[in-house]
Amino acid sequence: MRYLPKSPSERREMLEAIGARSVEDFFHSIPEKFRLREPLPLPGPLSEMEIIQYFQARAAENARGFTSFLGAGVYQHLRSVVTDALVQRGEFLTSYTPYQAEMAQGTLTAIFEFQTLMSQLTGQEVANASMYDGSTALTEAVLMAERLTGRHRVLVARSVHPEYRQVLATYAKNLGLEIKEIPYTTSGQVDQGALSSDLLATAAAVVVQSPNFFGVLEELPGLAEKTHAAGGLLVTAITEAVSLGIVRPPAEADIVAMEGQALGVAPSFGGPYVGVIATREKFVRQMPGRLAGQTADAAGRRGFVLTLATREQHIRREKATSNICTNEALYALVATIHLCLLGKEGLREMALQNLAKARFAQAELEKIPGVQRVFSGPTFNEFTLEFPRSVKMVNSALLRDKIVGPFALGTHYPELTKRALVCVTETISRAEIERMAVAVRRILESPV
Amino acid sequence: MPSKAPETETLAGTNGGASRHISRDERLIFERSAPGKRGMELPPLDVPAVDPASVLGRDFARDSIEGFPEVSEIEVIRHFTRLSTWNYAIDLGMYPLGSCTMKYNPRVNEFVARLDGLASEHPEQPAEVSQGCLRVLHDLQKCLLAITGMDAATLQPAAGAQGELTGLLMIRAYLESRGNARKKVLIPDSAHGTNPASVVIAGYEVQNIKSNERGQIDTDHLREYVKDDVAALMLTNPSTIGVFEERIAEIAQILHERGALIYMDGANMNALAGVTRPGDFGVDVMHLNLHKTFSTPHGGGGPGAGPVMVKKILEPYLPVPVVVQKESGQYALECNRPKSIGRVRAFCGNFGVLLRALAYTLAYGPGIRQATEDAVVNANYIRKHLEGIFDLPYNLPSLHEVVFSDARQKKHGVNTMDIAKRLIDYGFHPYTTAFPLIVPGAMMIEPTESESKEECDHFIIAMRAIAAEAEVTPELLKTAPHSTRVGRLDEVAAARKPILRWKP
Repeated sequence: MRYLPKSPSERREMLEAIGARSVEDFFHSIPEKFRLREPLPLPGPLSEMEIIQYFQARAAENARGFTSFLGAGVYQHLRSVVTDALVQRGEFLTSYTPYQAEMAQGTLTAIFEFQTLMSQLTGQEVANASMYDGSTALTEAVLMAERLTGRHRVLVARSVHPEYRQVLATYAKNLGLEIKEIPYTTSGQVDQGALSSDLLATAAAVVVQSPNFFGVLEELPGLAEKTHAAGGLLVTAITEAVSLGIVRPPAEADIVAMEGQALGVAPSFGGPYVGVIATREKFVRQMPGRLAGQTADAAGRRGFVLTLATREQHIRREKATSNICTNEALYALVATIHLCLLGKEGLREMALQNLAKARFAQAELEKIPGVQRVFSGPTFNEFTLEFPRSVKMVNSALLRDKIVGPFALGTHYPELTKRALVCVTETISRAEIERMAVAVRRILESPV
Repeated sequence: MPSKAPETETLAGTNGGASRHISRDERLIFERSAPGKRGMELPPLDVPAVDPASVLGRDFARDSIEGFPEVSEIEVIRHFTRLSTWNYAIDLGMYPLGSCTMKYNPRVNEFVARLDGLASEHPEQPAEVSQGCLRVLHDLQKCLLAITGMDAATLQPAAGAQGELTGLLMIRAYLESRGNARKKVLIPDSAHGTNPASVVIAGYEVQNIKSNERGQIDTDHLREYVKDDVAALMLTNPSTIGVFEERIAEIAQILHERGALIYMDGANMNALAGVTRPGDFGVDVMHLNLHKTFSTPHGGGGPGAGPVMVKKILEPYLPVPVVVQKESGQYALECNRPKSIGRVRAFCGNFGVLLRALAYTLAYGPGIRQATEDAVVNANYIRKHLEGIFDLPYNLPSLHEVVFSDARQKKHGVNTMDIAKRLIDYGFHPYTTAFPLIVPGAMMIEPTESESKEECDHFIIAMRAIAAEAEVTPELLKTAPHSTRVGRLDEVAAARKPILRWKP
């Protein structure tokens, strides 16, 4: 087997050195009735070429070569080949959590840069070095708010990503955390009128997303003021991090839970991605996840170490701030390299292109009879449209044109059937937008 | 900042003698930044440009991001390439971190994970154009069930710790359906720290149970603890000292007689794959760490994946969505499962990790047993050659890892951390220090199957040399490492006054 570096005679030599007759000797501690007598019924073994062929065959069964107008928490953006070349260096790819700082300064320095970039991007003071993804980052942010305030109710906007809310509900269920849903208005923004002072007075946090699941930006300064006045915290989720290239950062929020996928990570059918929690310095000891900090050696040379580990499970066990151990360090590195390449101007330009393309697509689609915008609030690269027919039916027909259509909001919002969440990023050309508009028009004009 | 003379400032760090990985010092990327540089350009905009202040409104528009880096492509390449040379990695040599299972990460896995049609796929696209992705998930599920002998699986948890939580929530849902969720989860004192942390999030109390003098679960003791308020026992098997729980059948019986379940932390499945199946020895629910046993790269701390396998009784409680194959042969994500514990992560889990684990499994097929055997031979070979030199607190048959202690070297004022740091000078990543907690001064060594006899021999020579140094020149160990870009870093200062980001 090509991954195993021992010859048959070396195996024998090693057994002899140990004083074992056969490898079976080592398994005598396993009760005999539980030891397998037959090889496992597994497919393989496959050579490298066969493995590639298997996965190429699977790739051909997917939407390869389709143009996609899906966003809803996962975004297709341009990525430089440089990022992938760098993260595939074995020294990054095949190293472990940097417990031994002296031989992990590469990872630790990159983590420190990641924390800096995430702080700058979100307008927060500190950021951790990754949660699993945006959904679990949001859940952990809420639990953090609960610890900080000692209150056990959270007010969660209905316009927060539905799958994020489902994850939060799974975690909250056994922790005595009550979740109250806050509706949205015709602008697509959270209904501030529903945030009564009674509700706010007992709430650990108000939880919103911006841009929210309908693509609409939330008015965070006002929400923060209202929440803070009642002694609660504002938790803000961000699923489309590229928006921060031109959209005002959630600086007024107390905790930001961000999905970093948009920052250079491939969609990859849902993961791995990279979640981030960013917050105020004064809350850092209640923050979950790894943190790298700057320090020095005896000679005064700058170096970085994992720090504030007394928050974490391997030290604090049942009293830890979270059970997270393995995180998404490699994708934190992807985001770091990607943002360094894009830089200040590049990120802004990418964000501007998204805004312009989404505007253009919206105008093109609104020319179709019966298609109209649903919410009046400001949007970035996603917007909600009403179709005169079922979105699923339209999408099903679009597949024949090799187009993956917009997200059908009716899946999660019964009140929003026939509403579609359209996403247009810089990866989609004007010609593709026009082709999609033509196809939608044709589908809607065809008899049912 | 960039105007300072770099020779005097940045090369100072390397003059302390030879080093294996370091060519030169490297500043932070922010310290290389200068206005107007960039490392990535976009195709020109092909639709009319818009003004963000007028489109979004002045209150929503942002000016430029203060402090954000501005560097060219070659600077990014050099910066991160240089940083990479300050890391140790499995691609460079043996990485015997016990319990972390640092084995070879096959390159073909990286190749297939990046294929167009897999890396490019959106998790919300319709099932009819996701059949390839869904089949990958379904095929992996079948393989993992075969290896573990369990009945049903979820691939959704993002890492082992999330797998633990998922399994515990399923136990809770199952017990609730029988009328009483119960209160406590038993955890041996040798367990990973994630176990008790996960128990708390699942809404249970942790009841720690002491290991016996053999590092195993004391069944008489266990009987006293297993009362009607106990929901489950969380067991790591083989335990964190690398030893199989010999009385596993009796342990299972004790739990099951009182209506409690057994959760197995599968972090050490590397010792069992192809040899025995947890499903056969009484385990009700378990997780696997695909970034350990199934070779997916750790990448400096993640990503991982923590699939959970369960017995039939727990299947209704699996988190949604569940990957199923319909009678038509088509694959689908099933969400309508009324008894489900809900969703533990958005979308379908860490697909890119799951895909790599499948590639690994396909490469071995039934031959996965050979990997297990080689891992066990390596651990025992190292044990044999070091057991006269380092203290072996539990003299029991080792499987994939061996745990020594620093008891003998302590006499010379040298502890496990000093020995670990000195190993760095010999070109190895240290073993795991100070874990498990039942061994004071633990030195936990897991070579994995990826090491040749020659690499194991080099490691043994290094460890023996260090033991000799401990007697003669303990100071050499206490001030190690001597070969790295930076010496031992002041962790106390880092925690006392945390500097967690660069500032201009």
